[in-house]
Amino acid sequence: MPWPKETKYLGKSTPRAEGPAKVSGRAKFTTDVAPAGVLFGAILRSTWAAARIKSIDLTAAQAAPGIKAALLVHNGEYLTRYYGDELAALAGTSRQAVLDALRLIKVDAEPLPFVVKELDAIKPDAAQVFAGRPNQGNNPARDSGRPDDAFAAAAAVVEGSFATQIELHQSMEPHAYAVSFEGDEMTAWASTQGVFAVRDGYARNLGLPQNKVRVICEHMGGGFGAKSSLSIEGELCAKLAQAAGAPVKLVLTRFEESLATGNRPSSFQKLKLAADKDGKLTAFQMDGFGTPGYMASAPNGGGSNGVALPMPYLYRVPNSRVKQSAVAINAGVACAMRAPAHPPAAYGMEGILDDLAVKLALDPVAIRLLNDPSEVRRHELEVGAEKFGWKAKYQKPGSSPGPVKVGIGCASAAWMSGGRGTQAEAQISSDGTVEIRVGTQDLGTGSRTVVQVVAAEMLGIDPALVTARVGDTRYPPSGGSGGSATTASVSPAIFDLCEKAVEELKKTSGLDDPRGANWKAACAKIGATPLAVTGRWRDGLSTGGAGGVQFAEVEVDTETGFVKLRKILAVHDCGTVVNRLTCESQINGGVIMGIGYALYEQRVMDRRSGVLLNPNFETYKLPGIGDIPAIELLLLDMPERGVIGIGEPCTVPTAAAIANAVANALGVRVPSLPITPDKVLAALGQVPDNGDRAAQVRDLEGAFARVAGAERPILLTETPA
Amino acid sequence: MKRSSSSGQSSVPPPILSAGVSRRDFLRGLGTTAVSAAALGSQSLAAGLAQANAEEVRGPAAGPVTLSINGERRTFNLEPRVTLLEALRLNAGLTGSKEACDRATCGACTVLLDGDPVYACTVLAIEAQGAEIETVEGLTKSGGLTRLQQAFVDKDGLQCGFCTPGFVMTLTALLRKNAHPTEAEIRRACAGNLCRCGSQPRIIAAALEAGGTPTAAKANTVRFHDHALA
Repeated sequence: MPWPKETKYLGKSTPRAEGPAKVSGRAKFTTDVAPAGVLFGAILRSTWAAARIKSIDLTAAQAAPGIKAALLVHNGEYLTRYYGDELAALAGTSRQAVLDALRLIKVDAEPLPFVVKELDAIKPDAAQVFAGRPNQGNNPARDSGRPDDAFAAAAAVVEGSFATQIELHQSMEPHAYAVSFEGDEMTAWASTQGVFAVRDGYARNLGLPQNKVRVICEHMGGGFGAKSSLSIEGELCAKLAQAAGAPVKLVLTRFEESLATGNRPSSFQKLKLAADKDGKLTAFQMDGFGTPGYMASAPNGGGSNGVALPMPYLYRVPNSRVKQSAVAINAGVACAMRAPAHPPAAYGMEGILDDLAVKLALDPVAIRLLNDPSEVRRHELEVGAEKFGWKAKYQKPGSSPGPVKVGIGCASAAWMSGGRGTQAEAQISSDGTVEIRVGTQDLGTGSRTVVQVVAAEMLGIDPALVTARVGDTRYPPSGGSGGSATTASVSPAIFDLCEKAVEELKKTSGLDDPRGANWKAACAKIGATPLAVTGRWRDGLSTGGAGGVQFAEVEVDTETGFVKLRKILAVHDCGTVVNRLTCESQINGGVIMGIGYALYEQRVMDRRSGVLLNPNFETYKLPGIGDIPAIELLLLDMPERGVIGIGEPCTVPTAAAIANAVANALGVRVPSLPITPDKVLAALGQVPDNGDRAAQVRDLEGAFARVAGAERPILLTETPA
Repeated sequence: MKRSSSSGQSSVPPPILSAGVSRRDFLRGLGTTAVSAAALGSQSLAAGLAQANAEEVRGPAAGPVTLSINGERRTFNLEPRVTLLEALRLNAGLTGSKEACDRATCGACTVLLDGDPVYACTVLAIEAQGAEIETVEGLTKSGGLTRLQQAFVDKDGLQCGFCTPGFVMTLTALLRKNAHPTEAEIRRACAGNLCRCGSQPRIIAAALEAGGTPTAAKANTVRFHDHALA
């Protein structure tokens, strides 16, 4: 890789460029934008989990004081399939006016049967989300090798069931848009992970020329996958602005965020894993399903987003059979969420692997070293285990004395990362300052500062001389910020741009090397017309394939069921670290999001009413500052690999490591996330199985049986042997 | 209208039937003192209600509301149901305080009311009359940064930055009362602020730094080829 070996800024810590604006309240997010005369937009949503909408009367709402536009999402009769579905939208002069007018909209609807729980939806007599189509898909099994023979010949076989919840993105800034038309030009401010994707969505859905749509996202308050493209509220915002002849801003409430803006699908995994006597994996089998919301059984087949898990995850097992399907329920649709499909895959696979290690009396780290095909990750396991003090701390499962039991666990992550295709332009002025424009966006990952750091390194100048401008479709194109691709797609374009700038400056200044100490002198010769250069992503500066291993130490109170985290150690590799400070912050964030997935977060639907029961922060529990243990980071620096993104791999193994640590403490496995006190006590047999739970287990057995195509139900092993 | 105690900072309830008591204070007094309505003589209860009801009734139409924001008195024409957060963001043009939950759970809207951190989304603008309101924009007059704000920048106590003004205000209040807080005190102070990006470890580091407790960066780097594989 042509990145410099000795560096001044690359791989060091540079505070983020927009820090002062963000700590002082000056930074303008989409929710803060207010074009002159802006109206407030709001959406009327379905209060039925399923209903035939016969008519919607906007007359009274339109006549209400301050209301300037009202529109329907669909015309005529149609079916709505979840609580929270968009029905109509209004724009008015104040928030209060719009909220009052929403209550005046009359909806004539015929409620229909619905189903909002996966285990209800897979029953033969369940209400069908799409009439005439089974709620559960029927994908063929994917076989490799000879799994039946390998299981029969194995020295050890373990089985277990693992389930994961629906997780919500809950970025602090809700989905937000502001749209203004002037003549035939449209400007949209969007809280988005992809300004160009939103531009193209507007052009397509509104029939506008792409070159007349400008999308701006100067600062955005988190996305985590849920803000990747133009969403329906953005489209409604623009249509309201067209109808009202005035700018409209539409910001969702936390309630709406929880109902209708995407989520991480659930998973129900029945796993079976076999090994030879040394612990080398020989066979794997999975029967699994999950829900991505109502679209799973749609006639177009769409919407099974993220339900299929990459199993047997990062391990190579010569014989395997994997069968997975998506289940439709009357609930909001899933979308990409930070490392889609990987955290549930890690929870299941790393869990069953630990159960196998226990059965073979092997150390969990040892069985991973034996089976992980990645040299880098094996190295991370060793370095991490040493730093964590694994050997000294490891005890047999359940052997920790006293009512508060201590346990440790580890788990691994793989992520493809990668990233390409960014272009950038710069103006270099005679005073030595550099302005770089690139049409990427900053989700909070510090992409401006990545631009600054790379330019400062390559030009040999202070980062303060470099101003990075991002988040505008008027800048050269860059892809959406997803898949941990931003840093790896932006950095090479800036590298390329800087090389060209140096070549140009050599010519204009006559200096052999205009960089570093010569920079000011070289720039002084530029004259009145700034030097303009462009750069584009090129091969050889970035790669994909990031990994990591995390170690967790927990205390579990066997009398209350409460899990307390003592410590997390996160060992990760991301090739060339560009900005250490922001890289570490992303890893902290990934770990903390993983803590929420492990212990606190879950969307709860009500079986009887079909509504979402916890659409707010007091009942959908995010990790708070008091829940966060000591987090230690260990970065495996591999500059020879080039730039690789870190945003997603760092959240993959956390919940799996915590779950393994809890299983190590208790000696039994809690078979689903989040690991709440009631589940800990149930796993210990401290609270009786109530009827619901027994029925749920029977339902689950039937579901797995149908997934597997078996005639008789497969009996579940609730806890590992 | 007399300002009511919205942040609960006063542990002494207003005396029932005192001169100038508001309806709100009267009803609050019934609830927060252990004095139940039944324990009061029915005559004195009726008299209290009559006195409280005699005050001017506001709304539902908009009317003038005067707020003292960052040392400046400003009057807005607001419906009584308008929250302090809406008044700050939409009427005063101060968008530093953010709305992320609108129900007193996330703390992104935290402002100081007479020095105490409150959720501006759950205080009505009319309730905040008479109090000194401080927002993140008012922490420095010159456009510079306070020591705490600078520590947030240096320690990277933020990612997306949407929750940041709320944390900054909560910790500003803490540091004014306790110049050298411990980590436990910082965690307790920020118990009502949420951050989805997961910047809490570095928010703690920033607050410790601002309180004069040096914090070392905890991350370590290992060069891949420095460690031979076993």
